[in-house]
Amino acid sequence: MIRSAALIFFSALVAAAQVDPDYVIPKENPHASPDDLQRGQRLFLGHCASCHGPAGEGGRGASLARPRLPRAPDDPALFKVIRDGLPGTEMPAAWVMINREIWQVAAYVRTLGRVAEERLSGDRGRGEAIYRGKGNCVQCHSITGHGGAFGPELTEIGSRRSATYLRAALLEPDSAVPEGFLQVRLTARDGRRLTAIRLNEDTFTIQIRDLASGILSFRKQDLKELLKDWGKSPMPGVRGALSDAEVADLVAYLAFLRGAK
Amino acid sequence: MRSLPALLIVVIPIAAQVPYQRLRNAGAEPGNWLTYSGNYGSHRYSPLAQIAAANAHRLKPAWVYQVQAPGKVQTTPLVIDGVMYLTEPASDVTALDTRSGRTLWKYKRPMPKGVRGCCGQVNRGVAALDDLLFVGTYDAHLVALDSRSGQVRWDVAVADPNLGHSITAAPLAVKDKIIVGIAGGEYGVRGFVDAYEAKTGRRAWRFWTIPAPGEPGHETWAGESWKTGAATTWVTGSFDPDLNLIYWGTGNPGPDWNGEGRRGDNLYSDSLLALDADTGKLKWHFQFTPHDVHDWDSTEVPVLADGVVRGEKRKLVLFGNRNAFYYVLDRQSGQFLVGKQFARQTWAQGLDDSGRPIRLPNTAPTVEGTRVYPSVPGATNWFSPSYSPRANLFFVAARDEGGIYFRGESEYKPGAQFNAGGFRNLPGEEPSGAVRALHPTTGELKWEFKLHSPPWAGLLSTAGGLVFGGTNEGDFFALDAQTGKLLWRFQTGGAIVSNPIAYLSEGRQQVAIAAGSAIFSFALEQ
Repeated sequence: MIRSAALIFFSALVAAAQVDPDYVIPKENPHASPDDLQRGQRLFLGHCASCHGPAGEGGRGASLARPRLPRAPDDPALFKVIRDGLPGTEMPAAWVMINREIWQVAAYVRTLGRVAEERLSGDRGRGEAIYRGKGNCVQCHSITGHGGAFGPELTEIGSRRSATYLRAALLEPDSAVPEGFLQVRLTARDGRRLTAIRLNEDTFTIQIRDLASGILSFRKQDLKELLKDWGKSPMPGVRGALSDAEVADLVAYLAFLRGAK
Repeated sequence: MRSLPALLIVVIPIAAQVPYQRLRNAGAEPGNWLTYSGNYGSHRYSPLAQIAAANAHRLKPAWVYQVQAPGKVQTTPLVIDGVMYLTEPASDVTALDTRSGRTLWKYKRPMPKGVRGCCGQVNRGVAALDDLLFVGTYDAHLVALDSRSGQVRWDVAVADPNLGHSITAAPLAVKDKIIVGIAGGEYGVRGFVDAYEAKTGRRAWRFWTIPAPGEPGHETWAGESWKTGAATTWVTGSFDPDLNLIYWGTGNPGPDWNGEGRRGDNLYSDSLLALDADTGKLKWHFQFTPHDVHDWDSTEVPVLADGVVRGEKRKLVLFGNRNAFYYVLDRQSGQFLVGKQFARQTWAQGLDDSGRPIRLPNTAPTVEGTRVYPSVPGATNWFSPSYSPRANLFFVAARDEGGIYFRGESEYKPGAQFNAGGFRNLPGEEPSGAVRALHPTTGELKWEFKLHSPPWAGLLSTAGGLVFGGTNEGDFFALDAQTGKLLWRFQTGGAIVSNPIAYLSEGRQQVAIAAGSAIFSFALEQ
């Protein structure tokens, strides 16, 4: 909804970005010289780093700093992931790049595997108990359809977010505001004040989800004030509420959530 | 039973005849909408005044037509003597009864394999002349249809679709010719404007928008880059019968985001052309964005109006450009008269005395990405502005949106995209838009009506003192032309990516717009 305007144009270009059907993907990366690597790094910083982190450490996108990439075990597979994206995930197709540039990025991505992989120190069983109990995460989040609807659904969060990202999101929620969960504060003409999540908005109306009242809809003409808290997460941080060990347990549990088996 | 004969008397004229004189005097018959932009001056202004500020709140849908073909509906319908002619994706034409919204006939054109285009198989409308309708097709043909039946009279190939050519714009009927623009600016084609004899389909002239070796302007392209330099012509232009000049905008130079291989101003990309209607000879040109590296096509609709500039009455062209500046040019000479920013931009300090932009440093695309306003879709785009002679205002649907521009590499391969880079949205920012009313000869902002997101819908102004527009979120709305105050709105349920029109049906004013996959026609509740 939020990006609908840009999407009309962007999706059109993406749909039209044509994969050359005649291109035979070589078994080995043909563009992996030092110059290619250097350009690959620049392309990576521009196109990939905002999700995968500047060193591929992961974030909104998967960590690439590991010796083996589960979805790209070899060079042709990595080329295809970059060129075509991963349908059903947030990984888009690289419509902007030509084949040589895709190979250059792939070459750079392979160098990231030399960074040590992060190890999870927590206990996921204890993490689940914290999720359901002390952390009260279920009030706002749901897993396989059970739980609240105020925050993002977490059934596959472990496959979509790195442990680093999950820990940061727990400790500093504002560092990881999920897309589509804009916090708004509004004051109605009748005096009501609400802090809520925006569900939808147009020029004339706004629809919100309020933790106490559920779904509400307002005409903007009936509002005295509408403030949008960009970069602000409605989730309370767990710093101080959970010990370091408990945070590690919770991260281990969330990282384990990879959808229905 | 006695009332039955009376009901059957409703008869639709079956042979719409639209001689050139009717097109030339379109303003004299406000009940019809005879050309893409309503008149040759492209005012998108209706002299109808039944719907006005005092009663706009009584607007209700008179009927809704559900488009049959899948895909985006960007059509501007024509209305001629009780029949509405619209296009459906990819290049189908439908005739509707304006009383009921019911279908009278359809022309269907299956698309062959191999057609391609940057931005979806869309079509923006037909042209009418005498007893024929003309549609440019996505596979780059021009087809003449019998307006009574939709039967094909002739069908000619304009260009090779396998090289990335397509036609999405409504043609423009001028005297005995049909003027056609071409799309394909993301495929390394060489742009042109064509004229075809309406009766036979024989090509009367072609103006190449990139000069060949030996022609003036060729020196503005490095090496062989002119062959793949794009400068396409994918939006309908305007016509001045007195000056016998056609005004047509041109698109970006190719490849879009990396100008290394095409050093120079790249004429006549991102320009307005004034062409002799009989010969296609260039009378003058004005280039808005020399050596463009942001994909800011100047294929917006040129509006022809007369006005006083610096104490002198002149024939003018008014032009809201994708690069965020509003221009006033002399339409006899092409002389730059006025330029003023109308939307957020960070790429130019301003315009110099000749209208050339004074570029700011570090605004060209880079491998890592460069943040610039406006975005690739620009400060406005193909959707139409409107000029109200009654309010003496120019209305533009403006987009306040930035983007991150990437420079990439390009390898020309016939029929493949030739972009050399790309763009994405600015993270963490919600772009917005507005309907802006500008003084036509100064560009001074008179009022604005803010929109939640950057619009993709054009505007219609009326003698009833209204401005109609639409939003991505599906609202069709009416504003007071003098103040910008909201008077009425209707949620159509689909993104509005089209232009409104007005016409009469059984003596009652209606306003129509394509929204989502439907055509809505609104009238006052009786």
